[in-house]
Amino acid sequence: MEETGGVKLLGFWVSPFAQRVKWALKLKGVQYEYIEEDIYNKSPLLSKLNPVYGMVPVLVHNGKPISESIIILEYIDEVWKQAPLLPQDPYERAQARFWAKFAEEKVRQSVWEAMCSSGEEKQKAVKSAVEAFEEFEKELKRRGTKFFGGETIGFVDIVAGCISYQLALHEEVGSIKILDSSKFPAISEWIKNFLNHPLINEGLPQKDQMFAYFSKRSKEIASQKMSHKTA
Amino acid sequence: MAEEVKLFRTWSSPYALRIVWALKLKGIEYETIFEDLTNKSPSLLQYNPIHGKVPVLVHDGKPVCESLVILEYVDETWKHNPLLPQDPYEKSMARFWANFGDDKLMKSIWQLFIAHEKDQDVAAVAALENLKLVEEQLKGKKFFHGETIGYLDLAFGWIANIVSILEEIMSLKLVDGERFPHLSSWIQHFMDAPVIRDCWPPRDKMIIKFQVMRENYLAPATPK
Repeated sequence: MEETGGVKLLGFWVSPFAQRVKWALKLKGVQYEYIEEDIYNKSPLLSKLNPVYGMVPVLVHNGKPISESIIILEYIDEVWKQAPLLPQDPYERAQARFWAKFAEEKVRQSVWEAMCSSGEEKQKAVKSAVEAFEEFEKELKRRGTKFFGGETIGFVDIVAGCISYQLALHEEVGSIKILDSSKFPAISEWIKNFLNHPLINEGLPQKDQMFAYFSKRSKEIASQKMSHKTA
Repeated sequence: MAEEVKLFRTWSSPYALRIVWALKLKGIEYETIFEDLTNKSPSLLQYNPIHGKVPVLVHDGKPVCESLVILEYVDETWKHNPLLPQDPYEKSMARFWANFGDDKLMKSIWQLFIAHEKDQDVAAVAALENLKLVEEQLKGKKFFHGETIGYLDLAFGWIANIVSILEEIMSLKLVDGERFPHLSSWIQHFMDAPVIRDCWPPRDKMIIKFQVMRENYLAPATPK
């Protein structure tokens, strides 16, 4: 039975976190209203719906807001049971949750930090990122499936999925190299398969716009760090 | 067929305590393996090769890592005495606040704990703001989910144990009854609960441990 009540998603065009939620809703065929937020000039609506963090994404369902992308994914999976994202078995679910956390904290986060830092800090971040990628590669190989979730896209694929369309740009902006396809054949193949899915590839932000945004942001973050050091 | 449940923990880890409490609430028999994190056992490294941390729950030979992930696994595997609410929205709220506790609250209290005197005022503001948010979640409730202990109480359980230890070392009262009546009341109820109270690590040992940690953080500030 379809849930009644509107579904709204507050997002920001380049946010990989909001993109996760868009993918989940699309894969489940859930209709939603998208509201673009300017996170540098937050609306009263965003502050009201996410008073703790004031960040996107926020999913609003039946008038109730849910924040934090991974938590939103779990909610979506529990409310709309078609095209399940998480496996049924408790142990497999625990593995998926573990790897989703790893994908967010170790894979995505370290790439971002490597892009935005310089000198010794940058070297350290690149090393962390490569180590994280090595673990991810090992796990993908061990599973031996097209996606992390099996033959269809699942929870971990969606959480890690931002690297499929943003990693190369982060590498370019940050003058770093993490994904060497000869060293990471499983991840490279996974990225290809992931982006090949029409619902995944549809409506992604323009590459040149993302490049300009990441260039600007990484300079801002670098100068913030410098002013903290000299303060 | 008898189930085999093992829990790898340390004597003081607040994360491991969450699992001790969960297993006790569900009446699950298990074997405890105490780890020395300065000298990790081959078993721990085998079961948690990526992080090498505790807690690790091993159920019939299969390891589960990360305490909040383990809590959900325990709740899904042994369905009696549920820890998480059934309603998806309430469940999301529980997960949200548990993550807030680990990502924001714990970090801000820790920052205050290791702050030099000149930085303490600023650090205290953040810690108090975060505590206030938790206080608001407890209004009209004995425990976070209502009348009985659940997931969020276990996730926030470290507040009931560690905060008073840090307060004693800092000679600074953070969670006072006037500013935080609901949180203070919750701490009392939680600490008195039979399932919870017998599991606390020895207080004097904890004080020494955290005192040493604080000294190590504050020491290098003196200019050469």
